[in-house]
Amino acid sequence: MLRVICALLLALFFIAPAYGQNAFQDLVQTHAPQIIKGSVKTAPAVIADIQATKSPAATTFLQNWQSKDLWYRRADDLIVTVTTDDNKTYTLLGLADQSVIGTAQKSEIKQIKPNSGLRGLLGTALVGAQLASDDLTTRRSSLESLARDPAPEHLAPLRAALNAETDADLRAKMLRLERLLTLQYDTDTDERVAAINGFAGDLGLDVRARLNPLLDTRLQLSQTPPAAGTFARMITPANDETLSVTDAYAMLVAKGWASADISSDDKRKTLIVNIENGTVGGVDIADLNTDENRDVAYAALVDAGIAPIDVSDADIVSAVETAYFYDTYIEQSPAVIAAAQTALKRINTKVAISQTVDLFLDGLSLASIFFLAAIGLAITFGVMRVINMAHGEFIMMGAYTGFVVQQVITNYTLSIIIAIPAAFAVTFAAGVAMERLIIRHLYHRPLETLLATFGVSIALQQLAKNIFGTQARPLTSPDWLGGAWQINDVIAISWIRVAIFVLSILFFLMLWFTLNKTRLGLETRAVTQNPRMAASMGINPDKINMLTFGLGSGIAGIAGVAIGLFAKVTSELGSDYIVQSFMTVVVGGVGNIWGTLAGAAMIGFLQKGIEWMNPSNTLAAQTFMIIFIIIFIQFRPRGIIALKGRAAGD
Amino acid sequence: MMKKLLLASALTSVAATSAMAEIKVGILHSLSGTMAISETTLKDTMLMLIEQQNAKGGVNGEMLVPVVVDPASDWPLFAEKARELISVENVDVIFGNWTSVSRKSVLPVIEELNGLLFYPVQYEGEESSKNVFYTGAAPNQQAIPATDYFLEELGVEKFALLGTDYVYPRTTNKILEQYLQDKGIASEDIFVNYTPFGHSDWSKIVSDVVALGADGKKVGVISTINGDANIGFYKELAAAGVSADDIPVVAFSVGEEELAGLDTTNLVGHLAAWNYFQSAEGEANAEFIKTWKAKMGEDRVTNDPMEAHYIGFNMWVNAATEAGTTDVDAVREKMYGQKFPNLTGGMAEMLPNHHLAKPVLIGEIQDNGQFDIISQTAEVPGDAWTDFLPESAVLKSDWKDLDCGMYNTETNSCVQVKSNY
Amino acid sequence: MQGPLGKFMLKHPSTLVFLGLLSLFTIIVTIGSEAFGYGFVSTSFVKTLGKTLCFCLIAIAMDLVWGYCGILSLGHFAFFGLGGYMIGMWLMYERTRLIVVNAAENAQIPMTHQEIQDAIGTQIFGVVGGSDFPLVWAFSHLFWVQLALVVLVPGILALIFGWLAFRSRVTGVYLSILTQAMTLALALYLFQNDSGLRGNNGLSGLQNLPGLESTDQSLISMWFFWASAFALGLGYLLVKLIVESKLGNVVRAIRDDEARVRFLGYNVEVYKLFIFTLTAVIAAIAGALYYPQAGIINPAEIAPIASIYLAVWVAIGGRGRIYGAVIGAAVVSLLSSWFTGGQAPDISLGFYTIKWVDWWLVLLGISFVIVTLYVPKGIGGLFDKFTKGAEQ
Repeated sequence: MLRVICALLLALFFIAPAYGQNAFQDLVQTHAPQIIKGSVKTAPAVIADIQATKSPAATTFLQNWQSKDLWYRRADDLIVTVTTDDNKTYTLLGLADQSVIGTAQKSEIKQIKPNSGLRGLLGTALVGAQLASDDLTTRRSSLESLARDPAPEHLAPLRAALNAETDADLRAKMLRLERLLTLQYDTDTDERVAAINGFAGDLGLDVRARLNPLLDTRLQLSQTPPAAGTFARMITPANDETLSVTDAYAMLVAKGWASADISSDDKRKTLIVNIENGTVGGVDIADLNTDENRDVAYAALVDAGIAPIDVSDADIVSAVETAYFYDTYIEQSPAVIAAAQTALKRINTKVAISQTVDLFLDGLSLASIFFLAAIGLAITFGVMRVINMAHGEFIMMGAYTGFVVQQVITNYTLSIIIAIPAAFAVTFAAGVAMERLIIRHLYHRPLETLLATFGVSIALQQLAKNIFGTQARPLTSPDWLGGAWQINDVIAISWIRVAIFVLSILFFLMLWFTLNKTRLGLETRAVTQNPRMAASMGINPDKINMLTFGLGSGIAGIAGVAIGLFAKVTSELGSDYIVQSFMTVVVGGVGNIWGTLAGAAMIGFLQKGIEWMNPSNTLAAQTFMIIFIIIFIQFRPRGIIALKGRAAGD
Repeated sequence: MMKKLLLASALTSVAATSAMAEIKVGILHSLSGTMAISETTLKDTMLMLIEQQNAKGGVNGEMLVPVVVDPASDWPLFAEKARELISVENVDVIFGNWTSVSRKSVLPVIEELNGLLFYPVQYEGEESSKNVFYTGAAPNQQAIPATDYFLEELGVEKFALLGTDYVYPRTTNKILEQYLQDKGIASEDIFVNYTPFGHSDWSKIVSDVVALGADGKKVGVISTINGDANIGFYKELAAAGVSADDIPVVAFSVGEEELAGLDTTNLVGHLAAWNYFQSAEGEANAEFIKTWKAKMGEDRVTNDPMEAHYIGFNMWVNAATEAGTTDVDAVREKMYGQKFPNLTGGMAEMLPNHHLAKPVLIGEIQDNGQFDIISQTAEVPGDAWTDFLPESAVLKSDWKDLDCGMYNTETNSCVQVKSNY
Repeated sequence: MQGPLGKFMLKHPSTLVFLGLLSLFTIIVTIGSEAFGYGFVSTSFVKTLGKTLCFCLIAIAMDLVWGYCGILSLGHFAFFGLGGYMIGMWLMYERTRLIVVNAAENAQIPMTHQEIQDAIGTQIFGVVGGSDFPLVWAFSHLFWVQLALVVLVPGILALIFGWLAFRSRVTGVYLSILTQAMTLALALYLFQNDSGLRGNNGLSGLQNLPGLESTDQSLISMWFFWASAFALGLGYLLVKLIVESKLGNVVRAIRDDEARVRFLGYNVEVYKLFIFTLTAVIAAIAGALYYPQAGIINPAEIAPIASIYLAVWVAIGGRGRIYGAVIGAAVVSLLSSWFTGGQAPDISLGFYTIKWVDWWLVLLGISFVIVTLYVPKGIGGLFDKFTKGAEQ
């Protein structure tokens, strides 16, 4: 609103006398239908018209249009800006001088909402004015919109703004854009080559987006060998992926250098048209159910001069062979082409290396997610040998705990800090309860534990549906986890994934320490290996089992918060991870958290690797990964890191 | 046990016969399983509409009785429940289904028993059954206008078609690929990727899409990603700092309901194409939203398939009133040319190909989880068979005059009366 | 009773009782059916019962492999599904072919073989954006080959998987997880559109038998019901014969102490492989009978959860007793469909109304825990107390 008032004041002082009060409004009204409809197709003419007035109102108007601050009165399409105190009654202000025109109810007026393409267009139109603005934010956003859609005529205002710019950061950005525009639009070849060379080895997306078009080619054909100049490469349709023989022939036909090939469908249509007394070209209709007979009938029609002659496959091949197909560069300057080629070659090598690093980071991130989901299992299943099919539901409970905490505490950072111990507490309690009520009675019947915990799993999942509904619930990460760690334009990883990675490492260290360096860990291992012996040594196996199971479940709860943050919170969250988690533990080797780490790493990297080889098919990657695991277990039935000695017994 | 059940079922069938005096309306939406997320809302919508109609005195002087069953997101169960609804419960009309698979599962049963189904969701087209009225959008009422918007208004030159791996995205993308090529977009400038249901690991795909911009062309994403998977996708998109001005995303399966599971501040400006948005201005819509919120709670939103049911149900009521009966064939005859006001303004009309003529809206996501409508067309007639694939272009559907849903205009003959399943 | 089978029956009267009850049940349903009787059993209920019989058959297979041989397979629904896919391919191909050929009669000139194939391909694969027949459909036009594949494909898969697993001595819960991984891998593979089996859509319209378009479903449903009942009877007899033979003794011994049996000189792996493969084949036959009644098969059917439910049925019914598996499968699956079907009346507690649609799964889960904890022998175990002695 402040802006409207400022504009109003400005207008009061600076109204150009040459342009009368209503002249500007009248001009706008002549374009009212186009402005209200707001299409990129009609807008340039309107913008040019309004800018031609050179009045300050024009700039204000365009800015208001861009920021969705224009309204129109439904009755007469009068375009205005508005102020309101209560969102019901609106005061309408004229465009030229912001004078009050009248008031209107909400239902009488309508906001004009230009689409983002049009907003971009308006932004570009305002570049000259905005780049010279006194306001830093305006200059910055103007530069951004210029970078999106530059044109040759922007080079001059940009250079002017560059010289005047005082802010160092913005100046650097301007300089970069200036270089980019220079290499693309400057009229001086040497300037362009210099600009290109200046970007050697810079793998920024913006650089590639300007360099690659310099090497765009156009497919040409001729009957004589191509001249040098901007010639790029020859194309032999018979063994070229980009141009098939059929398409090449179609080009010849389009040029008028060959007669059209008759498709079998056209042939069929011609036959149908020429049916006479149950025969076509002397062939009985009933016999036209083979291609051979149809060819005979068609040949008869050709002989009779009714149908155009069909081109044989051999003719097509030889016709294509006699013509020259080749690519030429659209760019006319050989020096620029050569410079761009050299620069891109270096850039592409860097891009390839960065992509490998990025793939590695993706794999690492996936591995840490698998690890996080599986680490609770590494304790309950790996150490205690309890098959807990409800493990996934513990993850889900953790995620829902996070959601509930966020409902109460609206500060995202604080809510996450509270949610993590809360999730641990909730699932720890659930784990202890389950251990006491169910698992305790089934320690000697592992397969039945599987079934009983599965019962718990379906009950919990349905309960979650009954309580929280079936919709996905939001679990929002705080802003400092929101963005991504952008190493360069190729390597980037979102902070939430980094956080998950750090969390998995923390868990790993914590668990490793607990199991190997504390009394609880020692007792846990003792109870797992020989409960009776442990009991006789003064350890209470019941208590130890309960605590260990609770610990494993509690960790699942924390994992749930993390997974909920990066994906979604639904009642099916847990079942998405359960099979993978079990496989992680089994592949890694039971009874050993190093094994779980190895298993998660292997599965994560493998899946990313297969996805990379077959990019458009994630499902296939998962299938092949599982098949690989099944085969892998053939060779290492006890996992990557197998326990030795008695502990390894079933 | 079995005998007991046998007896029970025998009893219900007897009960059903004696209760024929009322008009039964079957509601076939999943209330459990993966699709419950979306479909439960539609069940509630139907109950609300039926309640309203009964308050107005029902249809032809008889009260409407809803018969709700739960096919539990289990596709074979859809067929079983549909058979039960028609042959055991004797319902006069069914409102139901969401996924295409469930529709294909129900089709043979509905056609065999001559039932009547109103299907309220946008779908891939290439179908026209005598016994189904499609009140959701066909591809030409959603995908094609959205693509035109990308091409003409946003100047997109390179397309990423991202979808969940099932029939709706596959068929829609096939149509779009052909359409884009016809519009002069080279096939190497169309990037297609499919992910499984509920996919959550989006970082690689998002960075692939960003990398598409390396040759200086403006990239746009057309998303047919379904359900939950959207949440992870948009989160990753926001994390990668992709703004709608750099790479706009238009989604065909993301509505108000899906956005409720997301913080939309980082998604402002991305797009969705539907025939309805809650933010549409108008009295009918305000009234509809008010009733819905009063019934279901303040925080609930309305969405496109709900409007489809709203239109479909009201058209059915009017057709049944005109026919004076709820007999399937009589109602179907009266359905053709039925008009009913859209919640977004203008009139929806039922065409002889069992599809609606409806306006297409494009909205930009706002930070409050609603859409800002930035483009609204006049009514577009739904096309059962797409004009952009050569094998479908020759087909048309006209149940009114030709009595055929798959009529070959080249040979002037009816290819088949029953649908492909 | 004459012959060895007769003697076997006399020795194990429970078999006779079971077969008698099954026949009686079949007759009652036939009398009640819309096609042959008074019509108090609706066609949709006949289909439900027929499908339940198929579930009982696969439950018998599960009981043999788990209850008797001790292999808790969490992947038998993969075989069930494959059986359905194999028969579904023929049903779908042949039905579509008839439609295409019918439509071709209107054409001005007859279609070539290639044009017919293309038209069938477009109709079948149109939904997944294709039109070419993938390799796996090579025999789909030959009914008898496809029928043989119903048994062969799942059988060979079980043989290979079992050989790999048993050879490397994967046992216990590891094997369970591995079988679960197998069915998940298969489901994910089939979920892909490019798998050649129509991806998530699966094969549909299977209830319409080719060439029998005009035949009423009430009749077709009865045929399948009889076939399912016959298969169940046969399966029961076969499994009973196996468990009561010397082979059955060895198998049970493997369940109780595998190492000891191995030391006695038996080749444990061969026995396990035989049982695993045999049960896979039985499961496949059950699936081939099930899906034409269900009308549609798609990859969701073989998701790991389905196989876990199978274990649930057998556990509730009672392991190690074949009729237990039958009871478990029938009771749980019928109850499930009753409770989730919306027919069960809601219970109003005044402050809260219990909707069975919402609470049935909770109840099932809890009752499952209770059965495992307190009634490890299942419903069949209760049954045993009354019939003890009749067996000997």
